[in-house]
Amino acid sequence: MRNEKTKATATAMLLAFALAAGLPAIASAETVLRIGMTAADIPRTLGQPDQGFEGNRFTGLTMYDALTMWDLSSADKASVIIPGLATEWKVDDADKTKWTFKLRSGVTFHDGSAFNADAVVWNVDKVLKQDAPQFDPSQVGVTASRMPTLVSARKIDDMTVELITKEPDSFLPINLSNLFMASPAKWQQFYDKAEGADAKAKSQGAWAAFAKDASGTGPWKMSSFTPRERLELVKNDNYWDKARVPKVDKMVLLPMPEANARTAALLSGQVNWIEAPAPDAVPEIKQRGFVLYSNEEPHVWPWQFSRAEGSPWNDIRVRKAANLCIDREGLRDGLLAGLMVPATGTFEPGHPWRGNPTFQIKYDKPAAQELMQEAGYGPNKKLTVKIQTSASGSGQMLPLPMNEYLQQALAECYFDVQLDVIEWNTLFTNWRRGAKDPSANGANATNVTYAAMDPFFALVRFLQSSMAPPVSNNWGFINNPKFDELVKKARQTFDPAARDAALAELHAASVDDAAFLYVAHDVGPRAMSPKIKGFVQPKSWFVDFSPVRIAP
Amino acid sequence: MFAYIARRIVYVIPIVLSVALVCFLLVHITPGDPLVAVLPADASQELAAQLRSAYGFDRPLPVQFGLWLWRAIHGDLGNSIATGRPVLSEVMHAVSNTVMLAIAAAIIGFTLGLLLGLIAGYFRDTWVDKVATSFAIAGVSLPHYWLGMVLVIIFSVQLNWLPAVGAGAGGSGAWAWDWEHLRYLVLPAITTSVIPMGIITRTVRALTGDILSQDFVEALRAKGLRETGVFRHVVKNAAPTALAVMGLQLGYMLGGSILIETVFSWPGSGLLLNSAIFQRDLPLLQGTILVLALFFVLLNLLVDIAQAAIDPRIKRS
Repeated sequence: MRNEKTKATATAMLLAFALAAGLPAIASAETVLRIGMTAADIPRTLGQPDQGFEGNRFTGLTMYDALTMWDLSSADKASVIIPGLATEWKVDDADKTKWTFKLRSGVTFHDGSAFNADAVVWNVDKVLKQDAPQFDPSQVGVTASRMPTLVSARKIDDMTVELITKEPDSFLPINLSNLFMASPAKWQQFYDKAEGADAKAKSQGAWAAFAKDASGTGPWKMSSFTPRERLELVKNDNYWDKARVPKVDKMVLLPMPEANARTAALLSGQVNWIEAPAPDAVPEIKQRGFVLYSNEEPHVWPWQFSRAEGSPWNDIRVRKAANLCIDREGLRDGLLAGLMVPATGTFEPGHPWRGNPTFQIKYDKPAAQELMQEAGYGPNKKLTVKIQTSASGSGQMLPLPMNEYLQQALAECYFDVQLDVIEWNTLFTNWRRGAKDPSANGANATNVTYAAMDPFFALVRFLQSSMAPPVSNNWGFINNPKFDELVKKARQTFDPAARDAALAELHAASVDDAAFLYVAHDVGPRAMSPKIKGFVQPKSWFVDFSPVRIAP
Repeated sequence: MFAYIARRIVYVIPIVLSVALVCFLLVHITPGDPLVAVLPADASQELAAQLRSAYGFDRPLPVQFGLWLWRAIHGDLGNSIATGRPVLSEVMHAVSNTVMLAIAAAIIGFTLGLLLGLIAGYFRDTWVDKVATSFAIAGVSLPHYWLGMVLVIIFSVQLNWLPAVGAGAGGSGAWAWDWEHLRYLVLPAITTSVIPMGIITRTVRALTGDILSQDFVEALRAKGLRETGVFRHVVKNAAPTALAVMGLQLGYMLGGSILIETVFSWPGSGLLLNSAIFQRDLPLLQGTILVLALFFVLLNLLVDIAQAAIDPRIKRS
C-alpha cells in the first residue's frame, strides 16, 4: 500500500516537473508558416512588387498597406474594396477630377515614423513625378498602369490628401489598392548614406538598400531576406488593425517554380503550405491528410476574338455558337480534375458587376449547330479559325490540352480550329500589337488569360474602342458604340452602388454580344498541412495571412 | 611553356569578344519585350516609351552593345531589370552555389567514372565490364531531372531522410560545412554526377582497353614489371584525354543545370538563367551567359595548360 502511495507521489512529482519544464517551452514555441511559392524569385520587396498578383499577395499586402484594400474575409462573397490607410474618400462635387482622402490616424511605419499626408504624396511621387528624388522607373510600370488616370497628389493637412486624375474616373479608389505605402523616413536614411555620382544613382542605391530592409505599415515586418531564396517576415504586433495582427510568429516565403518540387517539399514536411500543387499529385496530397483549398478567382481563360475586317467572328451567330458548343463541366470534371469554374462571362452570378445578360452561356450543342447553319456553315462547309496560344504561361492553366479540348468540341459545331502555338512571352507581347499586326500570324483569336480584379482590367481595356492597339489590350479591335457609352457612364458615376450598376450593365452587354469565348475561371489551388487552421480562401487573387494559425 | 601559355591567352581574347557579341545578339533577337518584367501588357504607350528610354532600349543595337561591353570590361554588368540588383553580384552568388554543387558532383562522378572505367577496361568483355558499362549507359541515358524527381520521391517523400529542395534551412547565405547543410547537397549532387560518371566511365574504359593492347605494355610486362607498375603507365597515358573530358564535364557542370537546379530549387546559375529567361531580364541574361562562357573558356585554358604539362607532345605541336 505504502509502495503504491510512494509510486503515486513520485508519478505526480514527475508530472508536475514535466509540466513545469514543458509549459514555458510550449508557450514560447515559435510558430512558423513556410510557404512554397510558384514564383522563381522573391517578388520585389520595396513596395511595388513585380510578378503580377502573386507579387502583391506575398510582398505587397503582407508588409504594406494601400489607401484602399480588398476585403479578404469571406470565402463566399465577392471581394470588394474597403477602407485601408484611408478611412473615407469623396470626389469633388464641382470638379470630378479631384478626390479628397481622409487618412487613418495613429498608424506608424515599421521603423516607427508616422504615416501621414506627406507620406502619401511622397509615395504617389515615387512613381509619377519624374523629378522627385525618390522617383524610381522600375516601380512605375507595375504601378502607373494599374491607376492609369492618377496624375498627382497634394497635401491638404496632416491627415487629408487630395488626389487628382486626368479625367473623371470613378475607378480610382479601386485602382489605389495597387499603390503601397513605403516609409519615406526609412528611404531618406538610406538616401543620405547612399553613394553615387548623382542624385539618380543615390536614389537607386537607396531603393536597393530599402528592398533589403523594407518598411511599410502592413501586418508583417521583414526580418531577413536572401534574394532568390527566402524572405522571412515576422508579425507586426503594433499593426493598426488589432483584429488583423498575425496569429503566427513568422512566415517564410520560398520560391519553388517547379510544381513537383513544391509538392515534394510539402509531402516531406519542408514547408507547410504550397501554392498550385501539381494537379496529378492532388489525390496523393489529399490521401496523406493535407488539405486542398480552392475558390473561384477573378481570372478568365478566354478566346479573345478578332473583330477586324474579314474576321469570321464578326458574325454574332458564330460567336454565340462557339460559346454554346463547349461542355465546360466536362472540361472541369475531366481534364482539370475539378480545378476550374466554368465561365459564363467575366463575372459569375453573385458578383456586383455581373448584371443580367439575356444570352445564357451554357452547353447547348443543337442550338450552336443551328446558329452555325444559319450563318452558312455545316458538316460539309466548315469554318476555319486560327487561334494563337502558348504552351505554358502565368494563368494559362493547361493551354494546349484545353485548346485541344475546344478544338474537338467545336469540330462538332462545324468549326475547323487551327492552333498557332508560340512562346508565352511572345504571345503576351503580341497581345498588345493586335489582330492586325503581322505578329498575329493570321490568327483571328488569341488565348491570353487575364485578371479581372478591377473594372479597367476586367472590362474597359478590352471593350472600349480607344483601347485598341497600340494603346491597350483591345486586341481584336472591338468597336461597339454601346460599350463606349457604358464605359463612359461607369467611369463618371461616382456613387459606388450606381457605379457598380453601370459596370454590371456593361458586363451584361458584353456577354449578350458574346464578346469573348468564355471558358474557365482559375481556382487558385493551394495545399497545406492539416495543422494550419483559420485560413479563408476568398474569391480573389489575394489572401489574408493574418488569421492563419498553426495547431500544435 | 611560357610562350605556349601566352599564345593560348591571346587566342582567348577573340573568343571572349565573340562570345560577348553572340550572347548580346541572341538575347536581343529573340521575340518578346525586354521590359516585360516591369511593364505590364496594359501599360500606356507613353509609359512604355518612358521606360524604354529610361533603360536605354530606345538606342540603336550597336550603341547598346558598345555601352554594355564598355561597362562589362570595367566590371559593371548593369542592374537586373526585374529586381534592380547589380547583375554581377547576382551572378557571382549564383555561380558560387553552382560551383559548390559542381565540385560535389565532380567528386562523385569523376571518382566513380574513373573507377568503373578502369575496372571495365582491365576486365574487358567479362561480366565485370558488362556491369560497369551498364552503369555508364544508364548514367548517360537517364534524363537527370527525372532521376532527381525519383530520388526526391524515395529519399525525401517516402523515407524522409534528406530534404527535397533548397540550399540549407537558412538558405545559401547561411551555409555551413556541417551535415545539417551538406544533406541539402546530397541529392542534387548525385543527380548532377550521373552524366559525367557515365561519360568518364566510357572514355576511360576505351582508353584503358586501347592502351593495354599496345606494344609498349607487352614490352613492360616482358621486362618483368609488376602489374601495379603497368597500371601506373596505363593511367599516365590515359590521363591527358581523361583530363580533357573531365575538364569539359566540369565546365558543363559549372554552367549549372537549369533542370536540376529547378527540380531542387538550388539557387545556382541554372535557376538564375531560368528566371532571367522567363522574365526576359536582358541584363541578367546577358551577364549570366557571359560569366558562364568566360568560366568555360578559362577552364578550357587551364585544361590545355595542364595537358601540356602532362604531355610535352601537345606543347610542341
